[in-house]
Amino acid sequence: MTTDVLKKVPVREQDAKVRATNFEEVCLGYDKEEAMCEAARCINCKNAQCIKGCPVAIDIPGFIEKVNEGDIAAAYQVISEASALPAVCGRVCPQESQCEGKCIRGIKGEPISIGKLERFVADWARENNIKPEGAKEKKNKRVAVIGSGPAGLTCAGDLAKMGYEVTIFEALHEPGGVLVYGIPEFRLPKQDVVAKEIDNVRALGVKIETNVVVGKSVTIDELLEEEGFDAVFIGSGAGLPKFMGIPGEQALGVFSANEYLTRSNLMKAFDEESNTPIMYGKKVAVVGGGNVAMDAARTALRLGAEVHIVYRRSEEELPARVEEVHHAKEEGIIFDLLTNPTEILEDENGWVSGMRCVRMELGEPDASGRRRPVVIEGSEFVMEVDTVIMSLGTSPNPLISSTTKGLDVNKYKCIVAEEDFGKTTKEGVYAGGDAVTGAATVILAMGAGKAAAKGIDAYLSGK
Amino acid sequence: MYKIIKAEELTTNIYLMDVEAPRVAKSCQPGQFIIVRMDEDGERIPLTICDYDRDKGTITIVFQVVGAATEMMKQLQTGDSFHDFVGPLGCASEFVSEDLDSLKNKKILFVAGGLGTAPVYPQVKWLHERGIAADVIVGAKTKDLLIMEEEMKAVAGNLYITTDDGSYGRNGMVTKVIDDLIGQEGKQYDVCVAIGPMIMMKFVCLTTQKYDLPTIVSMNPIMVDGTGMCGACRLTVDGEVKFACVDGPEFDGHKVDFDQAMKRQQMYKTREGRAFLKAKEGNTHHGGCGNCGGNEE
Repeated sequence: MTTDVLKKVPVREQDAKVRATNFEEVCLGYDKEEAMCEAARCINCKNAQCIKGCPVAIDIPGFIEKVNEGDIAAAYQVISEASALPAVCGRVCPQESQCEGKCIRGIKGEPISIGKLERFVADWARENNIKPEGAKEKKNKRVAVIGSGPAGLTCAGDLAKMGYEVTIFEALHEPGGVLVYGIPEFRLPKQDVVAKEIDNVRALGVKIETNVVVGKSVTIDELLEEEGFDAVFIGSGAGLPKFMGIPGEQALGVFSANEYLTRSNLMKAFDEESNTPIMYGKKVAVVGGGNVAMDAARTALRLGAEVHIVYRRSEEELPARVEEVHHAKEEGIIFDLLTNPTEILEDENGWVSGMRCVRMELGEPDASGRRRPVVIEGSEFVMEVDTVIMSLGTSPNPLISSTTKGLDVNKYKCIVAEEDFGKTTKEGVYAGGDAVTGAATVILAMGAGKAAAKGIDAYLSGK
Repeated sequence: MYKIIKAEELTTNIYLMDVEAPRVAKSCQPGQFIIVRMDEDGERIPLTICDYDRDKGTITIVFQVVGAATEMMKQLQTGDSFHDFVGPLGCASEFVSEDLDSLKNKKILFVAGGLGTAPVYPQVKWLHERGIAADVIVGAKTKDLLIMEEEMKAVAGNLYITTDDGSYGRNGMVTKVIDDLIGQEGKQYDVCVAIGPMIMMKFVCLTTQKYDLPTIVSMNPIMVDGTGMCGACRLTVDGEVKFACVDGPEFDGHKVDFDQAMKRQQMYKTREGRAFLKAKEGNTHHGGCGNCGGNEE
């Protein structure tokens, strides 16, 4: 295989026309030859910037060197030292703004395809049944982790590797959090990837108890005082979906992206055999421009709909990853940018019949630094749709904060936790991920889980 | 897995089960609910808590066969297990956190319609155990559909049973009994708690409004996760969007937009109806029965 050293080894993908009608994974990943070829592009910088760009600080040149040598098992152990979920991260991390964004190769040409290499290594390890190495010595201390999403799994995995006895409490019937209910199958296969990475966390000795809603089934105070846990990590996730507050939002056929995706991903409603129903819209509007909006749109497309992304700013401000927007466009999602809904119209039976919208233009930058969209007078029009999916972010779930003595929340009702080690206002209780920051990314949540594991270790070591 | 300790048919199409779920049994309160899944691929089904035994670690659930999932669920026997059983979900009834002395001075009227008798029972029992005798109206379509009469009698103050067809107890809807008790028989109440089908709760609220009687209802909209994540269960209360699973399930009935809530309940009716008939009749059913709506698509 010959390569242009300035360019990434291209990754194979399912054809856009074909994949628009199925739920199989879009990106097919590298094979060993392709991976070694890509790894050879790495110049193994002494002062590697990519590591600084990684929220969990994987020794990136270290694992790439092993790939280059063809020793994939060794590459896997290098990654595992820092990350509990490499097969997940290789697929869903925004590498372009993290590790790959800092890559020196990227100055002149394309950066090293770090994400695809990570994915290859993790997939290879899984196929060859290689597990991460567990703790050599056990510590006689117990930690409760609330939530089995990226923050919780990372925190639990790291603590287990340090020798702590860890139990994860998950509210849903399946562990994985957003990896299971939020991110669709075609981006992150559930059985082959997510379930296997969770098995790896279990293999480190972590117990997972499902169907426990902390704050309802048991409180944090009970975990600490009655169930013998020495510390608690809260990684309970983002929370309640937001709606716009426009007329018609309770019409039949209006969903939160969370509901739509949960039905399809967690409950497998995309499968005809599933007992959980989902709305098969003919023309669907997804309101919002984040990764969740892209996921909902691409799910609706695969269920047979014509899908429009309706976003009030321009393409440049879309918060979704470039790759997701690119994939969505390739598959035929229509982008109605600088467009904002003002009312959802209902037919005589209460079903969605259309959405009244206005056109927007960009004005002066607002507090977020992005140019503020303003309404163009007289631009109102009606978009004919039968389904509207609201993907506007979330507000924190009060289940835990309202039932835990001494746990402070900020004005946005997010749990207050120190950034460096996730320490909350309650002794022995640490927090991280969306429950602290509001909705963000998988890898940032993992970074927070990792930091909190260090914080908990320091706390319990000094006890 | 959550083992079924007891399973029995209370009456036609209404079943009772005691299920081992120690965490739920330890922490649940009147007014809360649970979600079950029968097997690995099962739907998440929200059900009300009918009773609980903290010592044995069991929860009693009562359900009516209304669709494909409950049709399957009724076939579970003593010794079988639920794959998942999560709870308690939602907020406890308001009176649970009220000052007991002031609560003792209150006259409470419960109105239970049909299956709503099951979630009313633990509330009346909780009060009974604290020396508070609440009056209870239980309404059923007909005598055969009446459930838990003896149990309710043991914990209620006055128990008024009524059937729509007059086959047992008083004759007529629960709203007529409310009118009779307050309007004719001189009863006075400080608060009413009504649980049953949405249409019943709506009409109870219209009735109690006439008497300025504050009324709490327990809403049972479509749900998926039951922990606030999906927003499927949203409803409008006093002009504001609320999630039944985390803000409720109990709300001020005089402020609930029932028409909207009932409309939203229809969302998957067609599909559920079809799944039910498909389960019963196999692939032969293609609509036209007038029940499932399969001919409407």
